[in-house]
Amino acid sequence: MKVLVSVKRVIDYNVKVRVKADHSAVDLTNVKMSMNPFCEIAVEEAIRLKEKGVADEVVVVSVGSKSCQETLRTALALGADRAIQVETEDGLDSLSVAKLLAGVAKDEAADLIIMGKQSIDSDNNQTGQMVAALLDYPQATFASEVIVENGEAKVTREIDGGLQTLAITLPAVVTTDLRLNEPRFASLPNIMKAKKKPLDVKTPADFGVEVGSNVSIVSVTPPPERAAGIKVGSVSELVDKLKNEAKVVS
Amino acid sequence: MSILVLAEHDNQSLKPATLNTITAASQIGGDVHLLVAGFECQTVITQATKVAGVSKVLSADNAVYEHQLAENIAKLVVELAQGYSHILAPATTTGKNTLPRVAALLDVAQLSDVIKVESADTFVRPIYAGNAIATVKSSDSVKVITVRATGFDAAAEEGGDAQTEVLSQVIASEKSRFVSEQLAESDRPELTAASVVISGGRGMGSGDNFKLLDGIADKLGAAIGASRAAVDAGFVPNDLQVGQTGKTVAPELYIAVGISGAIQHLAGMKDSKVIVAINKDEDAPIFQVADYGLVADLFDAVPELEKSL
Repeated sequence: MKVLVSVKRVIDYNVKVRVKADHSAVDLTNVKMSMNPFCEIAVEEAIRLKEKGVADEVVVVSVGSKSCQETLRTALALGADRAIQVETEDGLDSLSVAKLLAGVAKDEAADLIIMGKQSIDSDNNQTGQMVAALLDYPQATFASEVIVENGEAKVTREIDGGLQTLAITLPAVVTTDLRLNEPRFASLPNIMKAKKKPLDVKTPADFGVEVGSNVSIVSVTPPPERAAGIKVGSVSELVDKLKNEAKVVS
Repeated sequence: MSILVLAEHDNQSLKPATLNTITAASQIGGDVHLLVAGFECQTVITQATKVAGVSKVLSADNAVYEHQLAENIAKLVVELAQGYSHILAPATTTGKNTLPRVAALLDVAQLSDVIKVESADTFVRPIYAGNAIATVKSSDSVKVITVRATGFDAAAEEGGDAQTEVLSQVIASEKSRFVSEQLAESDRPELTAASVVISGGRGMGSGDNFKLLDGIADKLGAAIGASRAAVDAGFVPNDLQVGQTGKTVAPELYIAVGISGAIQHLAGMKDSKVIVAINKDEDAPIFQVADYGLVADLFDAVPELEKSL
């Protein structure tokens, strides 16, 4: 079975973002970038499927500028076999990315596509569902457990009231939630070996996809600042403030 | 111009997030139609017809819609899409699961977690875990949108008088089936709709210690939440998690106990009206957003707080 995993290069999750002074976007110059945390979980799950003998090959794919090759190398160092970069400099919306990923999935004839549930930059939570729709594959989003057997995947999903288990026929799309697994770290020898693993570069034209976006950004602003709070000295002072100043407790 | 809203329900009652989504739809302007797809969900349909601002309820009551699998609900919505300028769903796990599938099938983009309607084509949504606010304009023929419930007031549950249209389409999914469900039992108000939320973090130390929060929750009619650290440590189930990857809440009062205040947690609660932090580390980032901070050991402060309420 072949597993395709998509990874996205995003601002590191520990970085406090700054909005550009002209309010056009978030300032990404000289900011630490990393693999999106949910994508790390997706890579880890694919490698575990390979270690269990369920998957034969793990292919990682990323859509973006040349710098996302770094993210692909990271995935290769973690254990992926091969990488594909779909090179584009444009800022793409989820639908364009989904079309490109669907193109790669078809070319590769992947049996299982594992993706993160959302990227921590745009916070969209869309691409996996869109890839599934474009390929007419079933989907299991927000996965906290994946068991592949008899041509289907049994996936436990994190839903608002608890957990739900679905069985989906392969080929299918699964998106990862945080509790699916604990991603490993790449060892130095594996980082060195990853440099020799194959990395193909493709373009949107290879998939006949016209990229772009019908959504334009009007402005990006910092969130409204909260007025500075105060520190209280005791529980009784706290209760007094809540009752008489904030009036949120009667 | 008409707007289609997907109702969030459990086949027994309409979920509150639907009401907030209806308010968002009303702000866009146009007839608001509510789609209730489920199984043996007549009480939901009756409830839906009474909601103020809804002009029509579309009812798809069939066993194939019982668990609202994305594959068949998305196809059903796409069949209905003609004639609608906007398709909205609450940004719950169900809405987030289904709507991007609808958008892709319609070949349009989706706007996620919208918190404000500027006009019929311009909307406001948080990005980067709520650390930036983007205003976006869509030129798509159909706007597909998920709505963050805390960004909008709930529509009135009474006062409407919508007609019902029964849908006959039965779209079954052959590639996906429901196996089982484990829902967390709770008598407390729903986390996303509660006016008071008290949350515990890693500082709680153990799952048993979460009982310390029960007394305060009972006295204030509060829902109990948690940080990711508390969920990962196994103290409480994951559906209590507040944050970028969990639920977004905006209650009147949010009490954070033993929570340091990582960016990802703040993303889920910093729109609360009043924030109280109880933490023994006076440098914890939570104090930067707290209106009232108490530097104290929670094991002393929480019982004392309970007594004085």
